[in-house]
Amino acid sequence: MRIPLSITRSIHDWLFSVMPEGVASIVEMMLIATVFLAFFAIAGLYLVLLERKIAAWFQLRLGPNRVGYKGLLQTLADALKLVSKELTIIDKADKFLFKLAPYFPIITALMALSVFPFTEELHAFDINIGIFFLIAISSIGVIGILLGGWASNNKFALIGAMRSGVQTISYELSVGLSLLTMVLLTGSLQLSEIVAVQKHGWLIVQGHIPAIIAFMIFMIAGTAESNRAPFDLVEAESELGAGFHTEYSGMRFAYFFLAEFVNMFIIAAIAATVFFGGWLSPFGITESIPMLGIFWFGLKTFLIIVLMMWFRWTFPRLRIDQLLTLEWKYLLPLNLMNLVIMAFIVWRNLTIQF
Amino acid sequence: MTTDPTTNNVKTEEYFINMGPQHPATHGVLRLILTIDGETIKNVEPDLGYIHRSIEKMCERDSYQQIVHLTDRMDYLSSHINNEAVCLTVENALELEVPERVKVIRTIISELTRIASHNLWWGVMGMDVGALTTYFYGFRDRELINDIFEETCGARLTMNYNLPGGLMFDIHPNFVKRVKDFITHFKTKLPEYDTLLTNNIIFQKRTKGVGILTKEDAISFGASGPVGRASGYSCDVRKHHPYSAYTQVKFNEALKTTGDTFARYQVRIQEMWESMAIIEQLIDNIPAGDYKVATKAVIKLPKGEFYQKVETARGELGVYINSTGTKNPYRVKFRSPGLSNLSLLNHIAVGGKIGDLVATMATLDIVVPDIDR
Repeated sequence: MRIPLSITRSIHDWLFSVMPEGVASIVEMMLIATVFLAFFAIAGLYLVLLERKIAAWFQLRLGPNRVGYKGLLQTLADALKLVSKELTIIDKADKFLFKLAPYFPIITALMALSVFPFTEELHAFDINIGIFFLIAISSIGVIGILLGGWASNNKFALIGAMRSGVQTISYELSVGLSLLTMVLLTGSLQLSEIVAVQKHGWLIVQGHIPAIIAFMIFMIAGTAESNRAPFDLVEAESELGAGFHTEYSGMRFAYFFLAEFVNMFIIAAIAATVFFGGWLSPFGITESIPMLGIFWFGLKTFLIIVLMMWFRWTFPRLRIDQLLTLEWKYLLPLNLMNLVIMAFIVWRNLTIQF
Repeated sequence: MTTDPTTNNVKTEEYFINMGPQHPATHGVLRLILTIDGETIKNVEPDLGYIHRSIEKMCERDSYQQIVHLTDRMDYLSSHINNEAVCLTVENALELEVPERVKVIRTIISELTRIASHNLWWGVMGMDVGALTTYFYGFRDRELINDIFEETCGARLTMNYNLPGGLMFDIHPNFVKRVKDFITHFKTKLPEYDTLLTNNIIFQKRTKGVGILTKEDAISFGASGPVGRASGYSCDVRKHHPYSAYTQVKFNEALKTTGDTFARYQVRIQEMWESMAIIEQLIDNIPAGDYKVATKAVIKLPKGEFYQKVETARGELGVYINSTGTKNPYRVKFRSPGLSNLSLLNHIAVGGKIGDLVATMATLDIVVPDIDR
């Protein structure tokens, strides 16, 4: 575990001085988990607000503007409402699986968050298979959706869950392959290493044409992975009501809902880290102040999130067979070809570096 | 259990699913009993009756002036046109000649109603295929029309502006100016519809080649309005049996030949342009004169059968009145466009996916209270 920032370092030293090493490690882990949980909640809540505001701007409306200054507390109030609501379970639902399902998306989203390098030094787990870990973890989230849809004993929910399963299994290939294309360029799966390589130019510049193709594929597949429009077939309201979470209420619904937004954050954060240099500032303008890394990371992630929201509020939804055609007939062959092109570029040393 | 030879004899089971009566895509309390194999639709059976209010029976109880108000509640999106249909029937039966001014105003408001109805349809169409933003764009422009209606007759949706013999009141002094303003506004906004939805590649993929209705089927199912015209069936009542001021105006009947969901979409978009053209021809020369002719307080139709059809935003609305010479009709029957358009849903939706069904239903543009009177 690497936490050499001055404040975190002092907490770390203090913990280890007052208690035995084993206990201190556990306490430290729990502290970090709490920080991530808080981050999860706040990011989820404010991304919901951002989405609603952006939707409003796209749709000639004002959006939430009553609770708190300019509606800043709106989602907090919504969350409070959801907490206080009854958790209904319908008759003949598989009660155990029904209760279990909402935890999957939450836990996987939290686990994925833990490997991101927020700045050069603020980094909970810097494992050497970071990208691999992210791809692996993000595919577990769909189990929650499948379970939820199955256990609900509702045909609409079941159709939604099956769609989700089909969609995630297909688009995972594209997410994985497009990231693999970039890994060819960096030669490392470790996220901190990937960012460090980009000191000589962000990967989207270094890898030029194949990197741009990979970025586009990643954005399409990432949007599909996080079940957002135009790939929101899972909860296509005009077709399936609310899809897999039709029968969920209260906080159980909120878990699914928040996880969707945190997943969007994760996709955007991966894109920012792998393609746009993570916490690196453009042209190294703030290299002397490492703490500003968190600002640059945040800004890049934010812009990509806005892009994803833009997709959602302008595009119609695909049909299920078109969704699969897009992946298996277009994205996957393109991706494999792109991988070869990238390999060629790395082999002939045609990358652009500053 | 069915075995499909194309899928290596994997056994699949068909299942039933109830779409509606409470479902976002059925636009009202319509229940569709779907038989689905996976995502593929095997059978669609519309189940009606959830919003039946016996309007036709109530008409037998009411006087001819009162019947007009009931028709608002049928196809509420073209309420003015419904009113007009009843008024025309009664006027024809009485052999009453209404002033030119009335005809022109009725036509202008009918066309405004058509634009407003198509605006709402366009917004909902986008929403049904997953583009939520279209809804607000459609409503932005529809609001302006509703404001004009409100100023002139006090109501925004169920207008009750017509009476047998003319109009309830004269138009508001601002009417002409506001309609002109709206036309200028909408001419800049209608191209936005194309930018946002029509030209979108996903939208075109979703709608082209989906829900194909041939011309022969359109005729045999009694399809009318944009649904029929998209299949190449020239069925515009305004063209073939002109009423009110449609004899004075030049406009093109929007016709397509492909008969798919996209053609129905295009026909409606083109109809909005045509409606604007009609309004532009009439708005500058609304003739002076009375806004109604005096009728007796109690209207008694001569003995006999009377029929009049008009073109609502959904298609051909026919009003049949059977009179025995008393102050109430003996029997009233409305031939609503929605019912015959819905009847062909099973024919064109089978074999598609659930998403296709929703898109197809959106372009049939059904209003459930019109089907279930």
